[in-house]
Amino acid sequence: MVDQPTPLERFVQGILPENPVYRQLLGLCPTLAVTNGMKAAVTMSCAVAFVLLCANVITSLIRNLLKPHLRIVIFTLTIATFVTIADRFLAAYMYQMSKTLGPYIPLIIVNCIIICRCEVCASKQSVLTAASDALGQSIGFALALSSIAAVREILGTGMFFGWRVLPISWPDWVIMVLPPGAFLTFGILLGTVNWIGSYRSEKSGNR
Amino acid sequence: MVKQNKIIEPEATGMLKSKKRGYILQAWLVLTLALCFGASLAGVQLTLGPTIEENKINETRQKVPELVLGAEKAQKIEEQGQALFIEPHTISIEKPGKKISYSVYEARLNEELIGWVLKTAGQGYADKIELLLGLDPQAKTITGLFILEQKETPGLGNKIITEAWRKQFINKDTGRQLIVVKKGTKALNEIDAITGATISSRAVTGLVNTAIGDLKGSLVAKASHNQPTKDE
Repeated sequence: MVDQPTPLERFVQGILPENPVYRQLLGLCPTLAVTNGMKAAVTMSCAVAFVLLCANVITSLIRNLLKPHLRIVIFTLTIATFVTIADRFLAAYMYQMSKTLGPYIPLIIVNCIIICRCEVCASKQSVLTAASDALGQSIGFALALSSIAAVREILGTGMFFGWRVLPISWPDWVIMVLPPGAFLTFGILLGTVNWIGSYRSEKSGNR
Repeated sequence: MVKQNKIIEPEATGMLKSKKRGYILQAWLVLTLALCFGASLAGVQLTLGPTIEENKINETRQKVPELVLGAEKAQKIEEQGQALFIEPHTISIEKPGKKISYSVYEARLNEELIGWVLKTAGQGYADKIELLLGLDPQAKTITGLFILEQKETPGLGNKIITEAWRKQFINKDTGRQLIVVKKGTKALNEIDAITGATISSRAVTGLVNTAIGDLKGSLVAKASHNQPTKDE
């Protein structure tokens, strides 16, 4: 038998070593689409965290009843339910934000981070492990989203969370707020992460 | 020879039958979950629905001045400290086979009727499109268009919310049907389609045409009725 990972291990792994965006390259649609401002990025991270946690817990609770060929249907059903709840909640209490995020909230249903975590972790592990996995992955996702959003918002508008951080004389790099900015920022950050990773492994492993 | 065939058959049909029964049995979890989730979603909708509606009505009310007067005039009036008096109405239209209710907002400034805002909704490319349409008091020209809710394709269909596209509708004559064209507008009643989103453009234009067709008569009647004396 393979050793079962402990809840703590799953939690820590999700944040950096198995970061959903930088390491697994999952959920890139919201990563590129809603990172033109910190507020949108944080709201999106919270919505994903809520859906991921609920979906992981429910999947883990019913993991012994799952039939291999019906599991994807059940994952999708569970995820869709919680996404709808999150969508309605935003429309009721954060109306403007829900309009800004628009179709990207319903699109969490097809966010592969969640279905991947249900499949890889929650459908095989205990509730506690599944929940801590969800938390770790959510924090990892939030970090990734906010790192991209911070770069884009600061360079694109000179502001951070709507607060001015660069002097007024800063010429706003409008392209950073537009879709190309997302690709540029993500590419550069991903490259940096990989470079640091390979530098480290070279230093410790190969010598 | 014949016997061999017969040996296989009963077994095969038996297996098929038990398989079919098995499928339904196996699906019990999916069915139960679907029921539970459906019920909880109904609960969520019941509790949050009124708040969401209220948000939309608030937004509609905020948009009324701009839709009726145009952005510049609306701002001027706000700076002067004047506020429009907005009165909601519901107008029901009998159509063959169905009855449609429209929410109509009557905008008045200093007791004088200055325009109407109609709310209408219909199927877009991805999901329902909900929009507000501003008309002058006699319902002769369009004074503004605002998209209240849409889930069209990001980057293509969702350009219907941009001001650049919406402002094409302003000052259009309601006497003629609006037509969506693909390569530059020539006639006055033509609307330029968004590249890559002809369906979304047609959906919005269609909604505008239908709403005007349905309501023009009753609005004109209401306007002439309302003019001499204030009437509820």
